[in-house]
Amino acid sequence: MSTDSQAPFVHFDDVWLAYNDELLAKNVFAVENINLKVQQGEFIAIVGPSGCGKSTFMKLTTGLKKPSMGRIHVDGQPVTGPLKISGMAFQAPSLLPWRTTLDNVLLPLEIVEPYRQQFKDRRKEFEDRAKKLLTTVGLGGMENKFPWELSGGMQQRASICRALIHEPKMLLLDEPFGALDAFTREELWCTLRDLWQEQRFNVILVTHDLRESVFLADTVYVMSKSPGRFVVRREIDLPRPRDLETTYTPEFTNIVHELRGHIGAMRKSGAVINQ
Amino acid sequence: MKRQQIERWSPLLLLLAIVVVWEVICSGFGVSEFIFPSPSRIWAQTLEHSGTIAGHAWRTFWVTMVGFGIAIVVGVLLGFLIGSSRLAYAAVYPLMTAFNALPKAAFVPILVVWFGIGIGPAILTAFLISFFPIMVNIATGLATLEPELEDVLRVLGAKRWDVLIKVGLPRSLPYFYGSLKVAITLAFVGTTVSEMTAANEGIGYLLISAGSSMQMGLAFSGLLVVGAMAMAMYELFSFVEKHTTAWAHRGSQNA
Repeated sequence: MSTDSQAPFVHFDDVWLAYNDELLAKNVFAVENINLKVQQGEFIAIVGPSGCGKSTFMKLTTGLKKPSMGRIHVDGQPVTGPLKISGMAFQAPSLLPWRTTLDNVLLPLEIVEPYRQQFKDRRKEFEDRAKKLLTTVGLGGMENKFPWELSGGMQQRASICRALIHEPKMLLLDEPFGALDAFTREELWCTLRDLWQEQRFNVILVTHDLRESVFLADTVYVMSKSPGRFVVRREIDLPRPRDLETTYTPEFTNIVHELRGHIGAMRKSGAVINQ
Repeated sequence: MKRQQIERWSPLLLLLAIVVVWEVICSGFGVSEFIFPSPSRIWAQTLEHSGTIAGHAWRTFWVTMVGFGIAIVVGVLLGFLIGSSRLAYAAVYPLMTAFNALPKAAFVPILVVWFGIGIGPAILTAFLISFFPIMVNIATGLATLEPELEDVLRVLGAKRWDVLIKVGLPRSLPYFYGSLKVAITLAFVGTTVSEMTAANEGIGYLLISAGSSMQMGLAFSGLLVVGAMAMAMYELFSFVEKHTTAWAHRGSQNA
């Protein structure tokens, strides 16, 4: 990394986004006044009620959407188009049913440069890399199974592998564990924690599970709904490595409670406005 | 017999039952052969004229296959075009729907003027009637991509073309095979209808000439042969579908 360690890895400078010109003219913004500085290797979580613009925020970060106003820099570069140094995973694993788990994980390498050109020659090597990654998330031996032969939790693990196979500097997760049962979800928290601890990519996790955000993140941002803006920034100073036991400590519960308070207050004021 | 076996043989059992009832009604009420021939009579006529029927059937078969082949090429290309471009979809789809509503038999006189009596009108009628479902299904398969999946790929720098080739096309294959099954039966309809007025050969021609000479048994044999050919081709595509896109039919495998 040539950038000096003080420069933020992700930098949002007063970013506003309206979905189209019509809404822009009416001053209706999906997200507004977003200011954000994320350090290299930082794990941040964004929590907030549904429909508050969390996913819009993700699209801004990856360059899939351009801001109406303001500037976004990632890794020192202004974001002008899709950002190839990022990997994404969503609530729906969206694996391709006609590809085996291994081929699904390999998909990004068939698309992103420079792997794309080398894909045929280095296929064996890439396959080994994918197998290794699958083993780390507990899917060893499942390479040749089709996604529909896997459970929901396994599919989500594979989906995260797909997001990481091209060794992105930034991982974007949009409610990745939302559709899983509580036990599987906690297992996957640990999987993600271990992956992050080992590789230290940046993570932006969008979720509405407060415990999840506190357990995993260095910093939690609370987002309000219409207007979508960050209202609270909370650093999580719980010691690492954290294990699931941490989630039962009073310190942990206090932070969750505090965040819950912010969201509760927002919902109440929102209800007043709506009346 | 086990339930599964019964299910498997049920089409044949039903056919057998229909034939038996048909036979009983015809012979029981003494229905005239010139009005409604019995199955045994039809079968006898089929055997008697088997050489003629086979000739006409072969003609209908290959003409249908040529028309169907053109339909696949044109249907896939058009489907690809309108499924991958919103503008093309908006422009082409309404016109195509209007076109599809026209009875294709009505084109036959025009085609005769252009191409004369013979294979020309038959091939084109088969094509016109069968490309529409293929086009619509390819377009649907391409247009109903999950937006999340598209985002995952676009973030990696995938071009539209990459998304179409890696995801769109494989994804629309089950739709494609599904449409082939529908289209092939329609193609037989197209050929037969066209041959009835614009050919001197083929099952359609056989039907007309048998009808006008009051050979009802022969006319029914013609129908039988078209039905059998269409069903055989349907089963063929069904087989291909199951063996190439098994991932799309996993529900039925578990059942």
